[in-house]
Amino acid sequence: MAKQNKPQQVPDTGYEWDGIRELTNPPPRWWMISFHASWIFCVIYFILYPSIPLIHDSNKGLLGWTQIKEFKEAVAENDAIKAPYLKKIAEMDNQALLADPAMRNFAESSAKAIFGDFCAGCHGAGGQGALGLFPNLSDDNWLYGGDLDTIIETITDGREGSMPAHIEMIDEAGINTLTDFVIASSQGKATPEGLAYFNEAGCADCHGENAAGGDGAPNLTDTIWRFGSSRDEVLRTIRYGVNEDPEDVPQTRIAKMPAFEGKLSPESIKMLAVKVHQLGGGK
Amino acid sequence: MSKQEYKELEQLYTDASHWSINAGDETIHAKRIAGRFRSYKWYASSLWLLFFITPYFRWEGQQAILFDIPHRQFHFWSLTIWPQDVWMLSLVLILLAITLFAVTAIAGRVWCGYFCFQTVWTDWFTWLENRIEGNPIQRRKLDAAPWTARKIRLKLTKHSLWLIISILTGVTFTAYFTDAYQLWVDYLSLQAALIAWIVLASFIFFTYVFAGFMREQVCFWLCPYARIQSVMVDKDTELPTYDLARGEPRGKVHRNASTEQKGDCIDCRLCVGVCPTGVDIREGMQEGCITCGMCIDACDSIMDKVKRPRGLIRYASRKELNGQPLPAVFKRPRVITYGIILFLSTAGIIYGLTHIPPVELSVVHERQPLFTQMSDGSIQNKYTIKAVNKTTQALKFHLRVTGLDGVDVRMPDGDIITLQAEGTIPFHVFLRVKASQLKKKKTKIRFILESFDTIDKMKLKKRSVFIGPAQ
Repeated sequence: MAKQNKPQQVPDTGYEWDGIRELTNPPPRWWMISFHASWIFCVIYFILYPSIPLIHDSNKGLLGWTQIKEFKEAVAENDAIKAPYLKKIAEMDNQALLADPAMRNFAESSAKAIFGDFCAGCHGAGGQGALGLFPNLSDDNWLYGGDLDTIIETITDGREGSMPAHIEMIDEAGINTLTDFVIASSQGKATPEGLAYFNEAGCADCHGENAAGGDGAPNLTDTIWRFGSSRDEVLRTIRYGVNEDPEDVPQTRIAKMPAFEGKLSPESIKMLAVKVHQLGGGK
Repeated sequence: MSKQEYKELEQLYTDASHWSINAGDETIHAKRIAGRFRSYKWYASSLWLLFFITPYFRWEGQQAILFDIPHRQFHFWSLTIWPQDVWMLSLVLILLAITLFAVTAIAGRVWCGYFCFQTVWTDWFTWLENRIEGNPIQRRKLDAAPWTARKIRLKLTKHSLWLIISILTGVTFTAYFTDAYQLWVDYLSLQAALIAWIVLASFIFFTYVFAGFMREQVCFWLCPYARIQSVMVDKDTELPTYDLARGEPRGKVHRNASTEQKGDCIDCRLCVGVCPTGVDIREGMQEGCITCGMCIDACDSIMDKVKRPRGLIRYASRKELNGQPLPAVFKRPRVITYGIILFLSTAGIIYGLTHIPPVELSVVHERQPLFTQMSDGSIQNKYTIKAVNKTTQALKFHLRVTGLDGVDVRMPDGDIITLQAEGTIPFHVFLRVKASQLKKKKTKIRFILESFDTIDKMKLKKRSVFIGPAQ
């Protein structure tokens, strides 16, 4: 190949058409350098990294690099950075954790992804829940308690509320009386007669003598409804109960929170509890 | 093919020799001669010494100019610029671009010829080359000569000095991003961070290759500004120009020969010999010309020798050469336009620098859920507040909310907000109000943070909304 781009001096290929010669001008030097550098790079890359598809797998490459290995290394690196904080979280007393803004922020931000993965599917991205199906976590109404200890317990062991179906225990008039009472109670218009019947029917065993709720049994005097406030919804809850065997009572309401023990580490559960506590209604 | 056609073809090949493009195949060995523009070039390049000494200036206990990337802060003497103030950067970039445009419109590629690091570093490198290997004739001879002990010694000296400049350039550049004195210690004890080594290595490589070997090739093929500036030039622009009418027909001076029919150009080719990019200015303005004025110095020295007036090559515009009047600089529409943009961006930067807020506040209303009904029937909204305290001391604030009567402000850490120095900790604020207080679905409110405990009282306001159920 000629050394220089001089149209008048370079040798030609010997072909000439109507006086126009085909010259053997070389590509520019920078181009040749890049070309050689490129193929040398390719060869080295092919030797070092998996790049040739074979019948069952690709070649392994001298470096033994794989994408998943790199990912795992990055995860391990991240875990190493988080480890001292997680240790501190595990050792910290619940109240101290809530009172320490820096650690509380750490817990909340760390739990964001866990909440998205494990909780948001039912409870919504901001813990807003879904009316009649999944409880709202951002209000101050708690069935089992809104302090950090109880929230940790709820996440760890799960919850399964229960309310018997009353359709075969109480006659239709009685169920209607109870429904009227429960709706009036929520509006602060409960009558003494209604409350008397409520006690007589045995509802007070769980919901309390004043219908103000008990452990796992909702408060019926506030404005928040677990399964909906319309008359039809209240009737359905009283008639068919909650978490009855669906084979016997197909219309029963299902309210089951799975246990996360074993699925999540105690530190993750604790951080998750802090996040839930901070959603708006923690006690 | 007819004879005529063949002649035309021959002409094409002759022309083609002019197209011959310098793609770096031959090294340009420019002659260095003293002169007015040579001096200007030294003054301009001496400004770059500032680049080498600035990182060592200290101010208030820390490096005066420091781009602290890990902490996302830019220290400029007493000023600290945070990412929130980065809008000023766009104004700075506009300022720089328009300055380039304005200068180019008036006097061509002044930046390229005198100030550009490519020009300046190449100039230093070729100055060294000239001192060590001798003038261009000696250099060409040396390049062609076989490898002798003398050649090896000269080349070794030259390349070592080039490398020293490259290393200094790399260390200096890195020193703008970390403590300069510590950086030297780290480099010398081989303890520097990986990124510091990478930056140093790439700067050594590119300084050495660009200024030592590629030189004018960078201006020809790599630099976009060179091409952008080409379109900034118009008939009013003053450029180093060969006075064609005066110079042509060019011709060598012969003793006893009449020179009356000839122009002033004696075709000594010194203007080409001194050109750092190897162009022949007599062929007119061209892409390789960086308007450094070396050819003006060269031509003037020759004109002095042959007793002809100076200025055969001089800074002149197309209009001037055509004998047309040149409009005053500040009456040219382009200069006026550039001037206005320059003024506005400068004013914006000055305003920005004097009005950097010490605390940056942002209030984000929770989107899911927009509001929550509490068990007593009241409505709660959740807000996340991020307040960046840019000062070097902790600040304490009281928070209140206006625009909503009877609102109950709840914060996890009590009523006092403490913002740590140079930091951000986001926190939640819950606002709760009785449903009966809400008249609309969406109420406009305002968060007000008032500082106490500090000498200068600070009051920060931020608009937001309170959302309730549909009325």
